[in-house]
Amino acid sequence: MSAESVFPQLEALLPHVQKPIQYVGGELNSTVKPWESCDVRWCLMYPDAYEVGLPNQGVMILYEVLNEREGVLAERTYSVWPDLEALMREHKVPQFTVDAHRPVKAFDVFGLSFSTELGYTNMLTALDLAGIPLESKDRTIDDPIVLAGGHAAFNPEPIADFIDCAVIGDGEQAVLEITDIVRAWKAEGRPGGREELLLRLSKTGGVYVPGFYDVEYLEDGRIARVVPNRSGVPWRVSKHTVMDLDEWPYPKQPLVPLAETVHERMSVEIFRGCTRGCRFCQAGMITRPVRERSITGIGEMVESGLKATGFEEVGLLSLSSADHTEIGDIAKGLADRYTEDKIGLSLPSTRVDAFNVDLANELTRNGRRSGLTFAPEGGSERMRKVINKMVSEEDLIRTVSTAYGNGWRQVKLYFMCGLPTETDEDVLQIGDMAVKVIAEGRKVSGQNDIRCTVSIGGFVPKPHTPFQWAPQLSAEETDARLEKLRDKIRGDKKYGRSIGFRYHDGKPGIVEGLLSRGDRRVGAVIREVYESGGRFDGWREHFSYDLWMKSAERTLPEQGVDVAWYTTRERTYEEVLPWDHLDSGLDKDWLWEDWQDALDETEVEDCRWTPCFDCGVCPQMDTSIQIGPTGKKLLPLSVK
Amino acid sequence: MVQRIRLRYTKRGRLRFTSHRDFQRAFERALRRAEVPMAYSAGFTPHPKVSYANAAPTGTGSEAEFLEIQLAEVRDPQELRKLLDESLPDGLDITDAVEAHTSSFADRLQASLWEMRLDGVEVADAERAVAAFLAAETVEVQRRTKNGLRTFDARAAVARLEALDGPADRPGVGACAILRLVVRHLTPAVRPDDVLSGLRATADLAPPVPAAVTRLAQGLLDEESGTVTDPLAPDRDASPAATTTTAAGPSAGAAQVPEGPA
Repeated sequence: MSAESVFPQLEALLPHVQKPIQYVGGELNSTVKPWESCDVRWCLMYPDAYEVGLPNQGVMILYEVLNEREGVLAERTYSVWPDLEALMREHKVPQFTVDAHRPVKAFDVFGLSFSTELGYTNMLTALDLAGIPLESKDRTIDDPIVLAGGHAAFNPEPIADFIDCAVIGDGEQAVLEITDIVRAWKAEGRPGGREELLLRLSKTGGVYVPGFYDVEYLEDGRIARVVPNRSGVPWRVSKHTVMDLDEWPYPKQPLVPLAETVHERMSVEIFRGCTRGCRFCQAGMITRPVRERSITGIGEMVESGLKATGFEEVGLLSLSSADHTEIGDIAKGLADRYTEDKIGLSLPSTRVDAFNVDLANELTRNGRRSGLTFAPEGGSERMRKVINKMVSEEDLIRTVSTAYGNGWRQVKLYFMCGLPTETDEDVLQIGDMAVKVIAEGRKVSGQNDIRCTVSIGGFVPKPHTPFQWAPQLSAEETDARLEKLRDKIRGDKKYGRSIGFRYHDGKPGIVEGLLSRGDRRVGAVIREVYESGGRFDGWREHFSYDLWMKSAERTLPEQGVDVAWYTTRERTYEEVLPWDHLDSGLDKDWLWEDWQDALDETEVEDCRWTPCFDCGVCPQMDTSIQIGPTGKKLLPLSVK
Repeated sequence: MVQRIRLRYTKRGRLRFTSHRDFQRAFERALRRAEVPMAYSAGFTPHPKVSYANAAPTGTGSEAEFLEIQLAEVRDPQELRKLLDESLPDGLDITDAVEAHTSSFADRLQASLWEMRLDGVEVADAERAVAAFLAAETVEVQRRTKNGLRTFDARAAVARLEALDGPADRPGVGACAILRLVVRHLTPAVRPDDVLSGLRATADLAPPVPAAVTRLAQGLLDEESGTVTDPLAPDRDASPAATTTTAAGPSAGAAQVPEGPA
């Protein structure tokens, strides 16, 4: 396949589309390597619009890791908006990379990163535009290996027909191992075709090839078992874990786009993994154990990253950033270093904790104090015990009291609706909590113009979590519950007007639930939606619940199941779950016990500070918790 | 603020699809990477002091965009130009820099010289259309704006318009005509594509593919010759070190029409 640039053909289409700059590449710190100088070529895709995909840390890291290797090149592609898609189809311009505008089909590996399941239809659009057959079984030696990664890949079964393989866990080392295998196979003259290459990947135990496993079903629709259908294919596939984050200081040269994107900042991942044990949180379960980047490593990444990008903001990323053992010194050290340069610091994902207000004060010492966000997640004390979010109402009031007392004017609180065992009363208590927050705020600030915004998302049970067996609340019940809460807040004469209320309706959550806990039979729904024009399901203006439900009605009943079977049905201990053969390290019996603890409203501690509670990850994956403190400090930068 | 510097920059090649907003962000980041000692506005969220003038539309190439920055420390304009140019992606190039010694810079941007490449159009057809356009008193055109469809005259703003043969070494095959035109900056603004609409209205000129449009120069309009002169020249002339800086500058003297787009 020719790897010649399609830019001349594309260029003629660009004057007719919205925001053409997103398709031209040329970002600062992007890399274009000569095609012929490399023998393994990756095309990386974040299957969403450029403005969402470009800042994605996962893709940025792998792009740099691969391009640093001699003889290897990586280019990027993103979903094109429907206006360009139509023109590309009309003028026969294939899916292209933004780096050198090469056709995606010309690459050896087409790697897609799925942060969410809502990118599945976009994958099909990209495959089709690329001229790559939608299903793995129809591909030939001239097609790239289609590889899925990212958190959604921990249950790749709904897209099993469309991908050739999947990798679960950290990608940094995995992409290099795959590169070596592809290189050797190509150097030998591609013996045995695609089948042989996939077999070699599969035999490592770290690459899942769905085609090498048969799924057998029981008469009632449940899975009987998942069996390898080739010799040498492992029964279970393991996740990948990078153990020393300081050895992987990526991205070193973050991409700086010309187009406006959702995050415009220098992001540094300060640790990976989380052991808080929130039972709804898939990210916290599948990224164990906790591995911290050292304070000095963080300082170096911020310094070189700011030089390389010119960003005005630094984001200290992780699943719960205030939990870094040296977060106080990190925040103070960075604030001291960059005060004069007017660099803002942000700390997303913080817990409800007065200490975090001190931190936030430190981070905003030169700027305006507008809003602070906390996530109690559950409205009632009982609910928070079920989800293991160990925050008491007293903690919350003390925290917001500190915040309002320090000049913060607005507090935003995140909650979920539809959690296991939840009743109307649990959700209505969110309103009580907001009222108490406002009352406390008025008291400590002596002012009436303070605000509290309550933001509510629908809970979707996820694979590899203690809630993987839980029934999802139907869209109708979710909406009814949220309406009651809205009426209660609006009806409050004294406080109602100080409380903002934001929520999403329950429908998108049902589709997400179908895709999250679906099995291979759900693939037919995805394909049907795609073929009926479904695109960009993460976007409110493009998402169509009706299209998904109609497509499910056309494809699932003939397979003996329906949407409710995947979403609102509770699973039993005995049931074989579609993702059981993908090993996240978590012991299924431990997850079950934790699910039972949830139903008993029993909490579990964090293993960073208490003895191990045997979730199974460390022994299974041969890993261990890596945390400080190192005792080091960030010294002032001597040379400005 | 201790110094003001005026810069000329380009939007070339694929980066002509950069919108003005996109350019602003890219430029302010380049200022940070180049560690330029900017003067900042006061207030809670201080912004570096940059004034942009008369940006070309998205999708249009340009050899002659201008902006002015205010510095908190004195810098050599040429060194600053080089540093900033290296900090911007290729295609967004800083091609000239002078210290400001005069006022009302924006007023000097009276007109632009544009080039439009019309692939698939015979020069003879283009020449006929140009003649018809120039012969007309007024040429009414329409353009869709935020406030709906708007009708205005595209003729009065055009100070010069000529059709030339396409470059011999151009890519692709087939006919290609080049239009060069000088357009006064009036209100409502007349853009090159409005003139193209005018050519269609007066002489049925309909290019089969979108025109590639590039602004070649922007500045004071010499009404007699119909040429556009370098708006930075008065600052260069007023500079105490005029003799030395000018000689070393990248576009010495009153710049005439530069070479075509890169």
